Amino acid sequence: MSLETAVAAALFVGVIAYAVLGGADFGSGFFDLTAGSARRGAQLRTLVDHSIGPVWEANHVWLVYVLVVWWTGFPESFAAAMSTLVLPLLLALLGIVLRGASFAFRKYAETLAQARLFGIVFATSSIITPFFLGTVAGGIASGRVPLDGDGDRWSSWLNPTSLFGGVIAVGTCAFLAGCFLVADARRSGQERLAEELRVRALGVGAATGAVVFAALVPIDHDAPTLAAGLEGRAAPLVVLAGLAGVATMALLWRRRYAVARITAVLAVAAVVSGWGVGQYPWLLVDEVTIADAAGATATLQGLLVAVGLAVVVVVPPLAYLFRLTQTEEWSRPDH
Amino acid sequence: MLTPDVVTTALVHLAAESEPAGLLPARQQMALSLGWHIVLACFGVAFPAIIFTMHLIGIRRQDPVALGLAKRWAKVSAVLFAIGAVSGTVLSFEMGLLWPGLMGTYGDVLGLPFAFEGLAFFLEAIFLGIYLYGWGRMPARRHVLMVLPMALTGILGAYCVLAVNAWMNVPTGFRLVDGEVTDVQPWAVLFNQHAFLQFAHMWVGAYMLAGFSIAGVYAVGLLRGRRDAHHRLGFMVPFVFASVAAVTQPFVGHILGAGLDERQPAKLAAFELAETTESPSPLRLGGVLVDGEVKGAIDIPYLGSLIAMNSPDEPVPGLDTIPEEDHPPVNLTHVAFQTMVGIGTLLAAVVVWFWLQRRRGRDLLEKRWFLRFTAAAGPLAVIALEAGWVATEVGRQPWIVHGVMRTPEAVGDYTARLWWLLAVSVVVYTAMTVGAVVVLRSMARRWRAGEVDLPSPYAPETAATTGETAR
Repeated sequence: MSLETAVAAALFVGVIAYAVLGGADFGSGFFDLTAGSARRGAQLRTLVDHSIGPVWEANHVWLVYVLVVWWTGFPESFAAAMSTLVLPLLLALLGIVLRGASFAFRKYAETLAQARLFGIVFATSSIITPFFLGTVAGGIASGRVPLDGDGDRWSSWLNPTSLFGGVIAVGTCAFLAGCFLVADARRSGQERLAEELRVRALGVGAATGAVVFAALVPIDHDAPTLAAGLEGRAAPLVVLAGLAGVATMALLWRRRYAVARITAVLAVAAVVSGWGVGQYPWLLVDEVTIADAAGATATLQGLLVAVGLAVVVVVPPLAYLFRLTQTEEWSRPDH
Repeated sequence: MLTPDVVTTALVHLAAESEPAGLLPARQQMALSLGWHIVLACFGVAFPAIIFTMHLIGIRRQDPVALGLAKRWAKVSAVLFAIGAVSGTVLSFEMGLLWPGLMGTYGDVLGLPFAFEGLAFFLEAIFLGIYLYGWGRMPARRHVLMVLPMALTGILGAYCVLAVNAWMNVPTGFRLVDGEVTDVQPWAVLFNQHAFLQFAHMWVGAYMLAGFSIAGVYAVGLLRGRRDAHHRLGFMVPFVFASVAAVTQPFVGHILGAGLDERQPAKLAAFELAETTESPSPLRLGGVLVDGEVKGAIDIPYLGSLIAMNSPDEPVPGLDTIPEEDHPPVNLTHVAFQTMVGIGTLLAAVVVWFWLQRRRGRDLLEKRWFLRFTAAAGPLAVIALEAGWVATEVGRQPWIVHGVMRTPEAVGDYTARLWWLLAVSVVVYTAMTVGAVVVLRSMARRWRAGEVDLPSPYAPETAATTGETAR
């Protein structure tokens, strides 16, 4: 593997991690928004708080990681994408800001009215953020971001691939969140809530699966390079995504929640990897390849050192945090 | 903080008509988001060590007051760090959205420190999650150690960001050959010789800001007659941190300034309001430059040379030695610089007085004027920090990378419609400020009323009770 490809792979691992871990946090906003009245939804909203509270900031850092590796490793393409896709990126950024702030505010809100306001902002922004990030991915994947950065600021993200990308992002986030929440509900002994979540996760999964496969048709016309990749090199990943998705549904159906989480992660990771492998070797599809977009060699080497260090010093505490959240002590309600 | 900034910069730029329409809104956008984030970044850097100390006191002395304070502060930090994390993300986006010329050309030169900063942020977020939710869920001695990595990653993260800023002031680690960037040495950027001093200045500033702000909260409580152990300890621990920082800061700042006449002579001339080269240079307090003449300044002879040049007669090089097109907005830089130095000196003097009096057995915590002053010290430290950033950033203009890239070359291709982004941002940041203030104050109120756990108002039990009452 060349140096450029190694850095691109490290970058894309970040994209996958953000899609899966950050995605699950965003997706819980969907369940929060649709949880019903303050009284009816109290149990679910408390579960959402408890479930993503300890981890959302760590999961959010994957986005920062992606941005930093991108601009350091492939600076010109980063500037180009930022210039062309400024509108969806700003809208996603607005969502990121409002989501994080209102989530923290809601937890410590004094009155129900305040909590309701912050809650609505939190949940709505949790949905719009993945949508706009999905449109960004669609814009890049359909070859609408020229390297000189003067792509159309509207049609670059208001196009079939982008719009499907946005909807798929929202759907996969919600599906992941459903699988995580249902497992969390059971672990904390809230069987009735788990039942409720199970039904909704199944619904979200069916809808998202349908959209993912329906999207293949318009993408065929709108993003031929990506489509060729999806039908060629990335075909095994597409198949894997389908299989893992179906397996997740079956496991949810049979109430095997702990295992369903794993297959759900696998399904989403496969969808995202399918995009990455599908558009390889392009960084900005039809515009610039990974090799041509790469920055200085010494910097790429430095980046790999940083990534290697991150694996050594970040992964163990991250694993520790995730393990803690799964323990019995951490499943107890707050005090 | 921003309004005068906006007005002054607008006036300065009225003359320069050739610059891109998006430049001024982009600069103001950056000023707003950076100026807002920097306050929270200071808490991110300094608060963990302060909490750690308080928590450790609680465990060592088995002091429920200290433990209670540490636990409250952890909850406060949960709110502050959340808005700090998202406002920091805004900056990551804005680097590319507003300054594609900088990032596209120099992204691979300045990027490596950001990669390490990301690593630090990762660790900070992970241990924040463990520490916040670990109360009562882990062995106490292990739990308190979980906040320690956050104090260390605060150092690493701050160093990395300051390394990039130092590089913008004193670019290194690359060569320009026919306008092309070659021979990139990212490690030379990460370890550039100016980075450490800039970091030290900011790091100490962060402890001043956080320490004085937290102590100020308890000073208000003491003023209102809540003279219990809780308020005394809550005041004293952050005040000790702030004291050490405030006394150290003038020295750090002075060392940082040494050699500025060679690195960035225009910035130094603006700091000192030196229109012409005078030997020896006076220290010029206040004053404005109008049509190339200094008006309304109080000159103290010799002191300018002594402080800026470490010499009795060596002059501060005047603005007249620098081409007009390389001048920064002089007045704003000068006022901001002197605001920072003035407040810093005042804060250092007062803490020295406090500790001297204490050695003599006099407790200034009994004096209302002292409590009033310390209540104001937090906001003063914020102003000083903001002013310092305005001074160094505006003082670097018209360069984004000193001597290498001018700010207009870096800005994205935007029309004047970019002002709308600033308008929206002002609304969002105002809302976030109001939200944070409302929530933090309500937390304090409930704590005073004797609540401990602050359950969410939508918690199942609470919602059920509310339902009962409604019925």
